[in-house]
Amino acid sequence: MKHQDDQTGIRIGMWLFLYTEIILFGGLFVLYAVYFHDYPKEFAEGGKELNRIIGSLNTCILLISSFTVAASITAIRQECKRLSLALLAISFGCGLLFLINKYFEWGHKFAHGIYPNAPELINGPPGRNIFFGLYYVITGLHGLHVIIGMTLLAISFVLIWQNSVTGQRYAFLENSGLYWHLVDLIWIFVFPLFYLVL
Amino acid sequence: MANPPSFYETPAPPGLKGIKAWLLTHDHKRLGLMYLWAILFWFVIALCVGFLLRIELATMGPTIMSARVYNSAFTLHGVIMIFLFIIPAIPAIFGNFFLPIQLGTDDVFFPRLNLLSWYLYMLGGMLAIVSLFSSGGFPDTGWTFYVPFSVGTKHNVPMTVFAAFILGMSSMLTGLNFITTVHRKRDPKMGWMQIPLFTWSLYATAWVQLLATPVISITLLLVIVERVFQVGLFDPAKGGDPILYQHLFWMYSHPAVYVMILPGMGVISEVIPTFSRKAIFGYKAIVVSSMGIAIAGSLVWAHHMYTSGMSDTAVFVFSLLTFLVAIPTAVKVFSWVSTLYKASIEMTPPLLLSLVFIYLFSVGGLTGLVLGAAGPDIHVHDTHFVVAHFHFTMFGGTGFAFFAALHYWWPKMFGILYNFRVAYIATTLTTVGFMFHYVPMFILGLQGMPRRYYDYLPQYAQGNMLAAVGGVLLFFGVMLMLANLMLSFRQRKTASANPWGGCTLEWTVPSPPPLHNFVTEPVIKDYPYDFSDVIAQIETEAKVEQGKPD
Repeated sequence: MKHQDDQTGIRIGMWLFLYTEIILFGGLFVLYAVYFHDYPKEFAEGGKELNRIIGSLNTCILLISSFTVAASITAIRQECKRLSLALLAISFGCGLLFLINKYFEWGHKFAHGIYPNAPELINGPPGRNIFFGLYYVITGLHGLHVIIGMTLLAISFVLIWQNSVTGQRYAFLENSGLYWHLVDLIWIFVFPLFYLVL
Repeated sequence: MANPPSFYETPAPPGLKGIKAWLLTHDHKRLGLMYLWAILFWFVIALCVGFLLRIELATMGPTIMSARVYNSAFTLHGVIMIFLFIIPAIPAIFGNFFLPIQLGTDDVFFPRLNLLSWYLYMLGGMLAIVSLFSSGGFPDTGWTFYVPFSVGTKHNVPMTVFAAFILGMSSMLTGLNFITTVHRKRDPKMGWMQIPLFTWSLYATAWVQLLATPVISITLLLVIVERVFQVGLFDPAKGGDPILYQHLFWMYSHPAVYVMILPGMGVISEVIPTFSRKAIFGYKAIVVSSMGIAIAGSLVWAHHMYTSGMSDTAVFVFSLLTFLVAIPTAVKVFSWVSTLYKASIEMTPPLLLSLVFIYLFSVGGLTGLVLGAAGPDIHVHDTHFVVAHFHFTMFGGTGFAFFAALHYWWPKMFGILYNFRVAYIATTLTTVGFMFHYVPMFILGLQGMPRRYYDYLPQYAQGNMLAAVGGVLLFFGVMLMLANLMLSFRQRKTASANPWGGCTLEWTVPSPPPLHNFVTEPVIKDYPYDFSDVIAQIETEAKVEQGKPD
């Protein structure tokens, strides 16, 4: 199995996979673009109803977690196993924090009668229904990806713990890290589209 | 020289026994064969469903099924044929088996991922079966799952859509694997212009699979979300736009037709030079046209939607782009025909099937231009003309290329030859049946008979009867062809390593190949279709035979 040492090949495979994830969200961004064109006013009003403070906080949380994941890869390359584990744990914690914030954010909206197929949305202006519909679909799918990313980080944690991932063999950790960056990157687009929409 | 044990005798990873040696294998050849049996199973099921549909339409009014069953049956036929047969057929079976060998390597880059793709394929198939018997029954939407009907119908749409989602993932991962394999596991001595055309076509296909499949994934997820949460993203009453669904759907599904046809074209590009004993005409042109089709084919999706209410500008642009795709396709057809010109042709079943392919596919392609032109399309949109057109390309094209691939590589995969006489008879029967089956549909369509209708007016009775007769011939032709291949296991007529005189790498290894494909270091030719060695060998053999009586 000579190709197990072919790090470039493994990386190519991962990047191709990340590419498919971007296209997956790309489909939703196409929907967003069209509906934003159709209902600019309702989108702007909808954006103001979202909590920018929680949104910004979540952006910071994800950015920090991306940094700690990158740092944990550097740490394992320098054979600092404990540091790498600690950094991964922080990243995982950030992911959890992000989801908790999201939970409160969604819960708050639900309490105000804003949820998919809610009478308040259905009977209101159509643009508003579409805005919040997209909001739930996109942030929901993103949340799902956060959970997948956290699972990958957790598996990496265990693998480092068992010395299956080491300074010489860290492709799994690196790919999990790449996936986590992707989750972060998508949020970087989702955040202005919903929270900072003009 | 004694042959090394074939891959049948050496499980990978070693130590696995019995069924486990198959279900847990990392060997690309075993996986190719596992795909073969699963895909043939689905093909036969969908063929039978299609046959029943045609029997139903043979006479006016109810013939053998109710309208409700008919709606589910044509959806079932479409979903199986598209997602479980045509998209995976050539890449998953022959691609898995031969791509690594043609590249001079021992396996794909991610063997375990390859196994996962197979399991995803099987899971998708299982879900499709379960949704048949679940509450609500199989969807009655057609394979396109158009909104708003797919959101409103009582049939069990979500599970079938989820099955298609899983199958999409399987196809995407196969594409990812092939691209990485071509880049990283190719024999270091093999340059880009020394790659055989079948592998080139799979490489182009893999890019389309990777580029386009995520779009259908998200579209199908949205259908599920719409049904479960009723957000209203495609519902005009709630502010949504149903046309957007069609855009998203065809953004994948049109490129997907090139996922279906490109590997077929790759097969033909292998078969024609082999039996012409002549270098393929325009190797580089075929390579460029494969990539050209992959790119241009991604920009034409809205030609399925001329009557959906798009702007005239959009119709114009998409019509123009559609015509552009015809160019690289025609380049290939001309190259194949030119290869045959002044060649020393040896007729065999795979070559006959390839010739039929060229003919049927050309008809399919040219009628595609009728549909691609915005004016005539308004007239024939959603009629039987469309049904005939895409069956000419998909069945006459990819289907026959699949049969050609089966007959071409059968000796390599199993080490045995089949009965040629029966294969010729079956091919002829299938072709004649095919023409009788689909040509009347062109005429019915031009006369205005809509597709997907359960019943029709008296003036369409004759055409439908003819199509039914053709359908029966076609059905028995295909069955005879498959039966002939199956019987080869009983006759056990051993095939040599190179029964056809092919010159790509798979013909330099024993039939069936050993576990690591190559016994000795593969010799990479400067040009993959250099037949001088093959011709020299044939001449020596002829001399030896002539010399025998003396």
